[in-house]
Amino acid sequence: MDLFHSIPAMTSALSANALFSLLTLVCAWLTLALMGWLRPHSIRFVARVLFPVGALACLAVAVVAGVYLATGQVPQTIVLPLGLPDLPFHTRLDPLSAFFLLVLGLAGTGISTFAAGYFRTGEGTAPALLGLHYHVFLAAMAMVILADDAYLFMVAWETMALSSYFLVTSHHRIPEIRSAGFLYLIMAHVGAICILLSFGVLQGGSWHFTFDAMRGASLTPFLATTAFLLALLGFGAKAGLVPMHVWLPEAHPAAPSPVSAMMSGLMLKTAIYGILRISFDLLHLKLWWWGVLMLVMGLFSAMFGAIFAAVQSDMKRLLAYSSIENIGLIFTGIGLSIVFETHNLHLYAALALTAALVHALNHAFFKSLLFLVTGSVLHATKTRNLGKLGGLIRHMPWVAALALVGTLSIAGLPPFNGFVSEWLLLQSFLFTPQIASSFLNMLIPLGAAALALTAALAAYVMVKFYGVIFLGQPREADLVNAHDANWLERLGLGWLALGCILIGVLPQFAIGAAGAVTHHLLNQAVRPGSTMWWIAPIAPEQASYSGLILLAGIVAVVGVTFVLVRILAHGRIRRTAPWDCGYPWQTPRMQDTAEGFGQPIRHMFDVFFRMERHLPAPDDAAPRYRVAIEDRIWRGVYRPIARSVQWLADVISVLQGGRLAIYLLYSFLTLLGLLVFVL
Amino acid sequence: MRAISFLRQFVEIAVAIAIAPLFTGWIAQCRAWLQNRTVPSLWQPYRMLRKLFGKDVAMAHNASPLFRATPYVLFGTMVLAGAIIPSLVTDLPFARIADSIALIGLFATARVFLSLAAMDVGTAFGTMGARREMMIGFLAEPALLMVLFNAFLLFGSTALPSLVEGSKSPSSVVDPSVIFAAIAFLMVLLAENARIPIDNPTTHLELTMIHEAMILEYSGRHLALVEWAASLKLFNYACMGFALFIPWGIATHGSGETGALLLAVLALLAKLAVAGAVLALIETLSAKLRIFRAPEYLGMAFLLAVLGLLVHLLQGA
Repeated sequence: MDLFHSIPAMTSALSANALFSLLTLVCAWLTLALMGWLRPHSIRFVARVLFPVGALACLAVAVVAGVYLATGQVPQTIVLPLGLPDLPFHTRLDPLSAFFLLVLGLAGTGISTFAAGYFRTGEGTAPALLGLHYHVFLAAMAMVILADDAYLFMVAWETMALSSYFLVTSHHRIPEIRSAGFLYLIMAHVGAICILLSFGVLQGGSWHFTFDAMRGASLTPFLATTAFLLALLGFGAKAGLVPMHVWLPEAHPAAPSPVSAMMSGLMLKTAIYGILRISFDLLHLKLWWWGVLMLVMGLFSAMFGAIFAAVQSDMKRLLAYSSIENIGLIFTGIGLSIVFETHNLHLYAALALTAALVHALNHAFFKSLLFLVTGSVLHATKTRNLGKLGGLIRHMPWVAALALVGTLSIAGLPPFNGFVSEWLLLQSFLFTPQIASSFLNMLIPLGAAALALTAALAAYVMVKFYGVIFLGQPREADLVNAHDANWLERLGLGWLALGCILIGVLPQFAIGAAGAVTHHLLNQAVRPGSTMWWIAPIAPEQASYSGLILLAGIVAVVGVTFVLVRILAHGRIRRTAPWDCGYPWQTPRMQDTAEGFGQPIRHMFDVFFRMERHLPAPDDAAPRYRVAIEDRIWRGVYRPIARSVQWLADVISVLQGGRLAIYLLYSFLTLLGLLVFVL
Repeated sequence: MRAISFLRQFVEIAVAIAIAPLFTGWIAQCRAWLQNRTVPSLWQPYRMLRKLFGKDVAMAHNASPLFRATPYVLFGTMVLAGAIIPSLVTDLPFARIADSIALIGLFATARVFLSLAAMDVGTAFGTMGARREMMIGFLAEPALLMVLFNAFLLFGSTALPSLVEGSKSPSSVVDPSVIFAAIAFLMVLLAENARIPIDNPTTHLELTMIHEAMILEYSGRHLALVEWAASLKLFNYACMGFALFIPWGIATHGSGETGALLLAVLALLAKLAVAGAVLALIETLSAKLRIFRAPEYLGMAFLLAVLGLLVHLLQGA
């Protein structure tokens, strides 16, 4: 009884000290990172002991952020006595950062739990290094979100990029992984430069780099646009917005699965956080066409990602492209919110932003879940190639069941969580006719159609993903030896699957948390609904949805039908061979392959691809069919850039002749030049 | 008051479950008439269901629990969709749990489950059917959404009861955009329910089938549930069309109790009779398209819906 009464007091104390608690938890991660060195070669110590403790810290972060969002919501600041002498680290907690910490904590709990069971001896780098990079990565993401000055932000941002680079390349003996890591590093740094320049513009001549100073700076529309575009470029490169997406399908498959999950589920969200922080908080003005630009880029990324995901035959690459799609959807929501906000439709702006935030939360859950599932499948079968999988539902029932939850969620199907955010996004699209600009009125409904196409394509992609891996007959003989995941892995997957279901049936809490953010940023929040049974963001007679009753209804009807069929008919089942259409010589190889499943997409959207196909001759004794699909942007944009950099480097390398006399001549000429310049 | 509205809800679900096979039987009858064949009995679908429920289930050795659960999930989603769509009355307690967009989502859930079940046994036809079904799905959804967008522009709601009440109000005039939207909806209905010109519900010609390819492995009570769910889906789509475009007869708020309900049942039967005849006529007059003509067909549905939208927006401007 005493405990029960002390809960309100405890939550208010926690809420008041939220930032301090969060910083303590970040320190806890850093300590865990260093503790690996106590027994640097023991996978049992690092993975089975330190990672679960890290998972608990994740859970604590989520709890603190959640309590803060529910009760406090007053910004808190702490100046840390770290950094350079006259440049201390500023940290700040407000609803925006609390929401993203909630995402980080909730999904991180599942990922760390899974990782505890995942890492094996002899895979990749030494356990201590792995633990170090992993926990530094977590701490750096938290610090990015908590930073309140450009200096700390960039330090944390770079730490995040570097630690994740080392995690990506933990199997560094494989050349493809090294080159994927290198590409990731380049893109991360190009992005970081853009962000740095954006902060440079944002300080507006005051030369104070705290976020507080930037909030006070008044920029001309031109400078504000420059800052916004630089931020969009920088954060877009991190988030994987097309055309800055090229690193994502290379780096995500290269990393060990828990790291892919962290990068896709959590790290991409820090980029979303960054763009929101700059465009909604630091910049004091917004222009309507920024929103349109983000909307168009977001929708294009979403379609691009979905289409490319459909033609992949590597399961992790497929998920990586699907991340591009989901990031596109989030950017679409943010863009729409800016369009509404600049047309003074504040409530609808809040609705679109809520949709984007809830989708960010959902994506953290289902994408982490699916990446972790690929990890279990990879350990069980040693292959990422969809053409060599199949029928795993019979050998890995746990993973298959939990993966089904993730699959249905990411496909945007009610009553799971992916549907909630897509529904909210479509709802916000419905209000675009109220924008007082007939040009936008005409164009934006087409955006809604593109959104619907993307959502339906995502369902196609996920049917392919789940069907080819888990259903059907095993395409290789040794798949029957596949083993299910261990209990720690199941626990991690189960946590994430539970999140997918709970957010789906009780979206009120997620919408409420996002509402705290929109209230902070836009002074408006959509109501989750009049009762706790359904959500009706604008008005119940306009649109309402209840995942809980939907799920209960389906379960009830299914239950009643099952019982009735058993009573009125019978429950007899006779097991036979599958129907072979009169052709008994069928093999598992005759099932539709991943390539076959992608064929309609290749056929319909061929403008997106550069495709090379080699068909076997009719009388070929050992026929081989080969199809290579390439991204046009890679060939059209990145190859020329790489070539010109190479050319420039070659030109400059002429200077580097290797003879000392020549170098001395350079010094002499430089001195001479300087003298002429000075005199 | 609450009890009565739950009673109405129950009546509506019961009517949907009971009438759906009748509607399928009626279309088959009309088709037989139009094609100069011997006309099957109107009760043929019920006889088939009874026969299938009595038979043993012959199931492949490697079928997973997903395969066994899917018929029940399909039936469950379709019954629930029937409970949400106002086919007889608008004042339904269940109507608020999903607006029309969520309803599309519910249909998509059923489609994904059926496709996954089709891939489960791992025969070539099942997977092919699943792939084609998902393809039709992603082509049809944007068109359907544009139709709903149009309805939203007219009546300011995506909830079907509000749409029915909006379009029944005396002040509303038939907007030209509705005609475009109605044609688009009809085209989507044909595609989504595995009818000609996209799919042929009566074919077992191996290379052209979509829906039949997916349910090839089902037998006995499972097949009965799948077939029943398919007729419920067609019935639901028809009722959705009625709610959007011809809502006459649906009992609204405050109309008399039993009399209005009886009238609504009669109106529904009349509308289904006409709709069935029209569907049979379309299916008789058109040939099945090649599978790669499906994008053009559904693209046209999409363009018609967009055209309707533009007509409406230009009128307003």
